[in-house]
Formats: sequence, structure tokens, C-alpha cells
Amino acid sequence: MTFWNDPINFIAAWLTGVLTGWHLPSALVTVILYIIGITVLIVFAMTLDIGLVWIERKVVARFQDRLGPNRIGPFGLIQPVADIIKMVIKEDITPDGADKIVYNIAPVLAATSVIVLWAILPLASTIYGVDLNVGLLYIVAAGALGTLAIIMAGWSSHNKYALLGAFRMVSNMVSYEIPMVIILLIPTILANTMSIRGITQAQSGMWFAILSPLALLIFLVSAIAELGRSPFDLNEAESEIVAGFHIEYTGMKFGWFYAGELLHAFTFGGFMAILFFGGYGGFFGLEKLSFFAWLNIPFIQVLVFLAKAMLGYWVIMWVKYSVPRIRIDHMLAFNWKFLVPLSLAVLIDTAILSKVLASQPGWLYAAGMFGSNLVIGLVTIEILRAYGRKHHQPAGVSTPSQAMQG
Amino acid sequence: MTAEQIIFLLTGVLVIGSALLVVSVRNLLHAALWLVVSLFGVAVLYAILQANFLAVVQIVVYIGAIAILFIFAVMLTRRELLDKGSQTRTAWLIPALLGLLILAGLVLLIMSVPGVNKTAGALPTGLDTVKLLGTALVSPDAYVLPFEVASVLLLAALVGAVYIATAGNKK
Repeated sequence: MTFWNDPINFIAAWLTGVLTGWHLPSALVTVILYIIGITVLIVFAMTLDIGLVWIERKVVARFQDRLGPNRIGPFGLIQPVADIIKMVIKEDITPDGADKIVYNIAPVLAATSVIVLWAILPLASTIYGVDLNVGLLYIVAAGALGTLAIIMAGWSSHNKYALLGAFRMVSNMVSYEIPMVIILLIPTILANTMSIRGITQAQSGMWFAILSPLALLIFLVSAIAELGRSPFDLNEAESEIVAGFHIEYTGMKFGWFYAGELLHAFTFGGFMAILFFGGYGGFFGLEKLSFFAWLNIPFIQVLVFLAKAMLGYWVIMWVKYSVPRIRIDHMLAFNWKFLVPLSLAVLIDTAILSKVLASQPGWLYAAGMFGSNLVIGLVTIEILRAYGRKHHQPAGVSTPSQAMQG
Repeated sequence: MTAEQIIFLLTGVLVIGSALLVVSVRNLLHAALWLVVSLFGVAVLYAILQANFLAVVQIVVYIGAIAILFIFAVMLTRRELLDKGSQTRTAWLIPALLGLLILAGLVLLIMSVPGVNKTAGALPTGLDTVKLLGTALVSPDAYVLPFEVASVLLLAALVGAVYIATAGNKK
């Protein structure tokens, strides 16, 4: 075991040696090591979060044909630090009639519900918080805490706009949780495990994005809805409910919601990378060749993981800044009448085909899975087209396409 | 005392204390939030017992679904969230005695289980409890019948809910 192969355990073993050298009891040493590990992980996530503020502002600027922050530091890199200083020294206002304790807990819970997700994110084959055998359910559980934080913020602010925003956000999150849970079952079936590390290792030869592209799409849509980002951003509406559930929050309390949202988006980018693009690995067997052995170094794997997660995060931003929002009844109908049946169909297809094709060679298995997804996708588009012809045209009005058919 | 015992005792105090607050605070929404704390404490207890699956499902189902539903119902139905009536009924003595009796019976029952004083040993490495639970739920020797009956019941409830929700819309 050297530093380059297994850095976390190397440092842990060294620290254990130092601490037992000070004649501390071994149980206490374990507790101290855990606390240090948790602190380092949180500090890493929050430092990354500061970088995300800059990335988000630069990317939105590019999409809107602006320059973005460019005054402080090279490329405006020190801008987030200035943002944070501004947020911390702003006046902290608690509105009259607010439920003080609940009001102050809500932002902390909102940020916590995101940070706890980092406990199960494997950054590299040897760098991870914990390898839970129920990792995928853990993601859903953390989402439940986030929902609770939003409802607490909306109710305790004693503001009708905040309450309306919280209602919209929660109805959104609760309904889009269902396709997400169904889709999380697909990597489970393909990898035969719910452990995040196990899913990553199962993709060393073939990405699940190729085996089940529809699952990836549905996961992306429900992740965006879970984040409350455009086109599902009805919790914020300047012309009706202003900033939504966090309208009354000022200074760093608002900062926690903001930081939590950014980190949440990046974390979902990370989960997309892990569940569908092989996480830190997934080089199609390339890393087994001696020429590419450097791909197995943990620090390179961390870079690979962060790059894949950034790509997912970028797609989420891309959608956010290019797609206009949809109406709330359309949003809920889209979930219940389209995403849920489609994800159930993909789940049934994956469950049956993965057993039928299990004994086949790898390329046939992959082709069968991909082909069945393609068929489901085409059938869905045909059904939607038929539905669109039937419902979305006033009677007696002929369109060019109908005229051509006629 | 080991770290595990300290965590267990703290969690136990948290669960019971917040459960008492659920029935004693006057603000209905605070009661719902204390219920969340209590249910979260139960999840921690499951985690101490290395029942990962139960711990996570406890949070997903009870906090993610049921508690949120409670809070929604409370917020949508009551304009005044403070209950002003008396918190005790006149006939509180007999139910209290009955409750104590049941508690004593439960304690006696649990203490009579063999090996109740032993500390739980570590699970053998490589034991996948989730897999064992999954196979137990679908194997005919174990719980396939209760599992299927429960799923049929849930399906019936689902159909019933849809029927009741749409019945009002039809003229």
C-alpha cells in the first residue's frame, strides 16, 4: 500500500500510528479519524461549490451572449470570493411573525441534504466516503430531506409567496421522485447491486448509457425537475411569487440555499456520470493495457470523475438556460402521463431482456439492450404523434401536412 | 460504555422526547416536525443495528412521503394552526393505567427473550443483507404470500383512490 495507490488509507494508517503513539485509546482514534475524514470531504465539496459559482456565472453569460464576471482576478476567478464576502456581511433579517427556529434550521437542512450525498460518491476506486449496499435508495432518502427543508422554509417565513413557492416546489419534487426511483432500478438490474461502487465497477466494459439510453434521458429530466431548474422552475416566478420559498431569506442564509442548489446540480451530474458513464472508470477495458495503466492512479480517476460530472452539470445548465418554462399542469401531466409509464416500460424491458440475453456474448447483449431501447423510443414518439394529431388541433383546420396527406 | 451504546442512548432519548413533544405541543405543524425528528431517530436505531435497508426505507417512506403528506394536509385544511382546547380528557386515568400496563407487559416480554442482555456481534463480512431480504420476499418457503397479498392490497387502494378522485368530475 503506497500513497499513490491508496492515499486515504495511507494517510489514515499514518495518522493512526501517530495518535496511538500519543497513547490514545483505539476507539477514540477511530472516532477522531472519522471526524477528520468527514471534515475533509465537506471542505472539498464546499470548496468545489465556490468554483461552481464562477462556472455557473460564466456559462450562463456565454449562453446569453455576455462576458460574465471578468473584473476581479484573471477571468474573474476571484468573483465568487467577493460574492461570499458580500453575502456574509449582509444584514441578516428574520421577518416578523416568522417561526424563528424552523426558519433558521431550514437553510442548514437544505445544504445538508446535498452534502450528505457526497458520503457515497466514489471519487476514485480507493477514495470514497462509504460503500453502502443501499446506495441508490440513499440518494432518494437525501432527496426527502431536501423536500422537508423547502417546506419548512416556505411555511416558517410567514409569507404567502414563500408558501405558494414551497407548495409548487414540493408537488414538483414529490411527483418527479417516482420516475427517478423507477429509473434507479435500471442500473440496479444491470449491475446486480445497489452499491454505487458496484455499479461503477460493473461498467468497466460497457457504459449503462449505451445499454439503456432511455433510462439516462428519463434520469436527466427527473433530476432537472428534482433540482427545480428550468424548465421546471415554477417555484420561482418574478411576476407572481417572486423568489418563491426563499423570498424572505437574506445574506448567508440565502447563500446556503444557493450553494446547496449549485452543489446539488453538480452532484446530480456526478450521479449521472456514475450511473450511466462509468464514474471514475469505464474506459471499455482500456485501463487493463499496460500502456494505459496510469488510468488506474486514484488522482487521475478523481480528475476523470470530475470531468464527467462537469459534463453532466453542463448539460443541466445548457437545458436551464435554453428551454423556457412550462405550465404547472403541463408539468405534472408530463410526469404522470408520460414519464411514469415510459419508465415502467423501460424497466420491464430491461428486467426481461437482461435475463434473456445474460448468456449471450457481450456485443450481442449490448446490441439487444440498445435496440430494445430504440424500439421503445420510436414507439413512444409514434404514440405521441398520434396523440398530438388527435388533441392539439382545432376541428376543421387543416395543416400543410394534412393537406399533403389528403 | 462503548461509542455505540452512547449513540444508542442519545438516540433513544431523542426518539422518546420528540414523540412526547408530538402529542404535547400546541402548534400542529411543530407536532408534525417533531414527528419527523422521532422517525429519523428510529432510522438511526436501524442504522446502529446495521439494518441499512430498513434505515434508508424508513427515511424514504416515513419522512419523504408520510410526514410530507401530514404537513400538506395540516397546511391546507387549517387556517388557525394553534389548538386552543384542553389537552387532556376528563377520563385520562384509566387509559394512562392501561398504557403503563401494556408497557410493563412489553418490557417483561422482551426481557424473557433469550440473549437479550448480549451486545450484538458484528455481521460476518460479505453478508449481503439486502440480497437475503430480497430472496426471502420472493421465495415460496418464506414471505412470498404476504408480500403478494400486500401488493394486491396496495394496488386495490391505488385503483380505489383513482376512482374516488375521478367520481366527482363525472356529471
